[in-house]
Amino acid sequence: MTEYETHEFDVVIIGAGGAGLRAAVEARAQGLRTALVCKSLLGKAHTVMAEGGVAASLGNVYPEDNWEVHFRDTMRGGKMLNNWRMAQLHAQEAPDRVRELEDWGALFDRTKDGLILQRDFGGHRYARLAHIGDRTGLELIRTLQQKAVADGIEVFMEVKAVRLVHDTTGAVAGLVGYHRPSGEFVVFRAKAVVLATGGVGKSWKYTSNSWESTGDGLAMALWAGADVIDMECVQFHPTGMVWPLSVRGLLVTEGVRGDGGVLRNSEGVRFMFNYIPPMFAAETADTEEEADRWYEDHSAGRRTAELLPRDEVARAINSEVKAGRGSPHGGVFLDIATRRSAEYIRRRLPSMYHQFKELAGVDITVDPMEVGPTCHYVMGGVRVDADTAATTVPGLFAAGEVAGGMHGANRLGGNSLSDLLVFGRRAGIGAAEYAAGRVGPITLDEGELEVAVCGATAPLGREDGESPYDIHHDLQETMQNLVGIIRTGSELEEAMAELDVLEERAGRVAVSGTRVYNPGWNLATDLPSMLTVSRCATLGAIHRKESRGGHTRDDFPAADPELGKVNFVQRIPGDADHTGGPGSCPSTRTISIAPEPLLVMPDELQALFEEDH
Amino acid sequence: MPDDPTNGTAPTAGAGAPAPAVPDAQATDEVTMYLWRGDPGGGEFQEYVLPAQEGEVVLDVVHRVQATLAPDLACRWNCKAGKCGSCSVEINGHPRLMCMTRMDSLPPGEPVTVAPMRTFPILRDLVTDVSYNYEVAKRIPPFAPREKTDDERQAGGYRMAQIDVERSQEFRKCIECYLCQDVCHVIRDHEENKTAYAGPRFFARSAELEMHPLDTTDRRELLQRELGLNKCNITKCCTEVCPEHIKITDNAIIPLKERVVDAAYDPIAWLGRKIRRRTKRSASEAAALAPAAGPAAVQPDAPVRGIPMPERIPVPVGTMTGTPDPDADADADADADADADADGGAGAGAGGGDRDGAATPDA
Amino acid sequence: MSLLEDATATPVVLGGVRGGPDLPTLRQDRWWVQPVVTVTVLTAFVAYATWAAFVNKDYFAGPSLHRDLISPFYSPCLTESCVPGSHPGTILTWWTISPALLILIFPLGFRLTCYYYRKAYYRSFWWAPPACAVADAHGTYTGESRFPLFFQNVHRYFFFAGLVFNVILTIDAVMAFRQPGVGIGISVGTVVLCINAALLWMYSISCHACRHLCGGGAKQFSKAPVRYRIWKTLTPLNANHMVFAWMSLVFVALTDLYVRLVASGVIHDYGFHF
Repeated sequence: MTEYETHEFDVVIIGAGGAGLRAAVEARAQGLRTALVCKSLLGKAHTVMAEGGVAASLGNVYPEDNWEVHFRDTMRGGKMLNNWRMAQLHAQEAPDRVRELEDWGALFDRTKDGLILQRDFGGHRYARLAHIGDRTGLELIRTLQQKAVADGIEVFMEVKAVRLVHDTTGAVAGLVGYHRPSGEFVVFRAKAVVLATGGVGKSWKYTSNSWESTGDGLAMALWAGADVIDMECVQFHPTGMVWPLSVRGLLVTEGVRGDGGVLRNSEGVRFMFNYIPPMFAAETADTEEEADRWYEDHSAGRRTAELLPRDEVARAINSEVKAGRGSPHGGVFLDIATRRSAEYIRRRLPSMYHQFKELAGVDITVDPMEVGPTCHYVMGGVRVDADTAATTVPGLFAAGEVAGGMHGANRLGGNSLSDLLVFGRRAGIGAAEYAAGRVGPITLDEGELEVAVCGATAPLGREDGESPYDIHHDLQETMQNLVGIIRTGSELEEAMAELDVLEERAGRVAVSGTRVYNPGWNLATDLPSMLTVSRCATLGAIHRKESRGGHTRDDFPAADPELGKVNFVQRIPGDADHTGGPGSCPSTRTISIAPEPLLVMPDELQALFEEDH
Repeated sequence: MPDDPTNGTAPTAGAGAPAPAVPDAQATDEVTMYLWRGDPGGGEFQEYVLPAQEGEVVLDVVHRVQATLAPDLACRWNCKAGKCGSCSVEINGHPRLMCMTRMDSLPPGEPVTVAPMRTFPILRDLVTDVSYNYEVAKRIPPFAPREKTDDERQAGGYRMAQIDVERSQEFRKCIECYLCQDVCHVIRDHEENKTAYAGPRFFARSAELEMHPLDTTDRRELLQRELGLNKCNITKCCTEVCPEHIKITDNAIIPLKERVVDAAYDPIAWLGRKIRRRTKRSASEAAALAPAAGPAAVQPDAPVRGIPMPERIPVPVGTMTGTPDPDADADADADADADADADGGAGAGAGGGDRDGAATPDA
Repeated sequence: MSLLEDATATPVVLGGVRGGPDLPTLRQDRWWVQPVVTVTVLTAFVAYATWAAFVNKDYFAGPSLHRDLISPFYSPCLTESCVPGSHPGTILTWWTISPALLILIFPLGFRLTCYYYRKAYYRSFWWAPPACAVADAHGTYTGESRFPLFFQNVHRYFFFAGLVFNVILTIDAVMAFRQPGVGIGISVGTVVLCINAALLWMYSISCHACRHLCGGGAKQFSKAPVRYRIWKTLTPLNANHMVFAWMSLVFVALTDLYVRLVASGVIHDYGFHF
């Protein structure tokens, strides 16, 4: 066997976004040898892109807010598909996790009383999002990064994780990856591995996600034998930039609407009032006047229709554009200029101001923004135990966007940052406890390791073959056009056929140059993950023959109460060929899917929903 | 490499600086990029010509070069929205983010040169090894908050006024693109300073902590004597290049320098401290604060604590003349030599270290 | 934890190979314009000020012209050689060369240690660096960490001295409204002296040391509301410190020139009186 650079830790965390850092800080606090492995430089993870805030029922602005209201909002926003226990833990623990950040140096905007200020966001009954202007994610990651540095956690930067590796008992016991700067492979032996690799947006063409969001963690978990759930539930954020083309998909924070911005079609109509679904009709304003009163005082009216959950708003924008009432570049108008003063906009939304000014040449204090839906977040992910973040494979834990269940069929804005903190910490504790109980030397399955290395290096040896950039481009087109915001059965079947072709092409991918910081090769090694998560999303979408949250079927426009009681669980059976696909990864054709019933919510929580009706 | 004339022109080797633009009829329809291709073994600019597209930023063009002409072109990027600070390079000689530099903001019809950041060692093509910055980050004493009051424990969190957090919030906007570190001539042109210079990013970080309403640590002596605050000659390039428009010089470095003056050069404050220390300090405090007292407070510039030079002596790199600091060994001497060394520095330094004369702008 | 006690050198491997061509700069814009302008204006000012300080005459337009205009270079005029009427009283009898030399030390020191001028002359005269991303001209560099440059830290004391001169020049400007032998009036000269004093005040209060001393040094603004208000007022002025630095510099020379031309009879100081 070839000798590889090898490191041994108690806990290895893959991904240094919010969840990974929080897990690392916690595992370290439990006194374990902890390492972070991340694909980019420390502090660059996609968490920095989060803008609006972190949802927690601190009750600093509306004292009547509490965890039960937050829990109820989250479940209803997720169309009741959520793992209730995760939603409960999340709502209960988020306030402490947010306050804890202040002990580590975070500086949130303040109320007049000197407490953490909270802002309104879609789907949240009360102003609940602790924030720092519109760069909350940056604050969160920087705080955790500095905490991790102060705690002396070892960080392996620019290491791409290729495969998880089992030990001889079948538990996950480490991983193999490569240093991007040198191309040299590196092996980590660990008593517990935490996945915190984030999302999958790079499989779509128009996405707010950064380069890293290729679904590595999801795919690696699946390959390692873990279950993934709800992969059909992909959130399209209603407001991404649509012009210029080069920044299409770039996020425009929901905070614009939270701070008074409104959506208008080309006729100048605030069209959201025409799209209020029955589930939210009781608490949503019917008229613009009532909505505007609500902005001033939440007890003076019902909340504005612009702040419906994201799936509703994204679908509404989609319909307006399809009906020919869109903006010149195929979006709608998001107008805050006529509603708030220039000084207020610049103070509350500095990076939005900056972003439009520099990238689109638009002054948002004068002109409206053009916005349209953009692929933003995957609600589905690795199936985990709510309390410990353990996956269905021993030794493997998952937290953050890579884990599924917390957000159900649709995530509320601001719940992802609190998700990172709550379940990052729980994964840190879970992994630490598991690691503490795991005794004896770790013996990695060397066959698995060799297969992974061979698969990853194969594209470098090929003389003629497909360009990874072409395959990636075609994959993005396929997913954007066929598995986008509105889906139909025939297009999904078409996508399956396309994905088969793409997988076959990915098996022939060839790259030139060496392994030293070679983006072509890096992309080639990302393709198996992207193909795997794309297949999962498509497969899930085919089976969920209803519309629910982030998953909308043209041919099944209504929600099906029976399907509302199940998760679609995908896995690769143990007897499948684990080296049959591109990069010696399991072929995506080996993925199986089956409905499994949701966890049953206890009566006292169920009662929270019955009070409404 | 593919050579498809409809899609672009295959690279042609060019040495040194790119030739000046030759305007032609197609100038508005095409973009010409000179991208640095190379590794620690050497490199050169290569020319890539692509069709122009509306509304693009430099990073888009680099991506198109990767997708069509040079699939192994190394460049670091993440968010493509000016929020992560990964794609720092030097565009036409200016340290900038590729994702926030619109092509139409550059001189039309002229070629665009993109080179890696100069201050950090090259890994490949446009990617540099920025680990220096992560090492410095570990040297800044971390945030150490005061205890919560009873009221705060009851309210569930610290109470801070908005006006108290705003100053530090400005520095927390930093996306750590390290363009300020790149442009700072203290390390850009003088490699040897890297062992004892934090750089603008970490002066801003220190200022953030110094102005943090909860923090309790005094970092002033450390900044002045070990982190090289006094090496900064406030020429403001860090502020000029900051993509987040943080006023690093005016709001971080100069206030820090003034705070150091409060601590070390203000005779009244110094006298007051002396008296207070003599009368009030407990033994343990005295031990903890020992290096801050003594002759150093009178002559803070005398290198009381030696900074050992690393084993590898700087070799000539790029634009710097890599002469090892002749005072380095003297600096390593013990406290006893402090006064003598300061005088020696005065004689030999002749005003801030131009011993090698002014006639060597580059190697 | 790296406090002073356990501080060590940052563990970086020096001498890594850098990317890009070995050229002083890749900039192709006219980065040299700024240093050239700075050198030109500052040199012109220093040359003029030196001449004006040594020439030791024509600095006071006095009663013979029905004026009370004194050049800012010579105020306060404290030596025996001062023109009668130009000074509050001889104090320094032992000073035999030009009284301007005695005075100019302080404004010169204030400007020499000023955070803005430091940037300007380090860049344009010292070439450390001449412009951003242009290689500096020195083999080694220790910044302001050694003699004599650590004396830059005394800026705040020159600031205080500068305030004294601002007060004196303000008094001069007020006194200039007197037109001996005629009464009270306004002339071009009084306006010039008033503008000069005003610009010097703006330059002083927009100073970085002033901003720090007035409020910036406070740890918690909410505990020092008055200092916060002052700081808040000074901050936008401070952002324009460069503008005030140049305006006041040029205008102080013009003021001297104007007084000089009036005193020597080259021009007439037009005005009126009540």
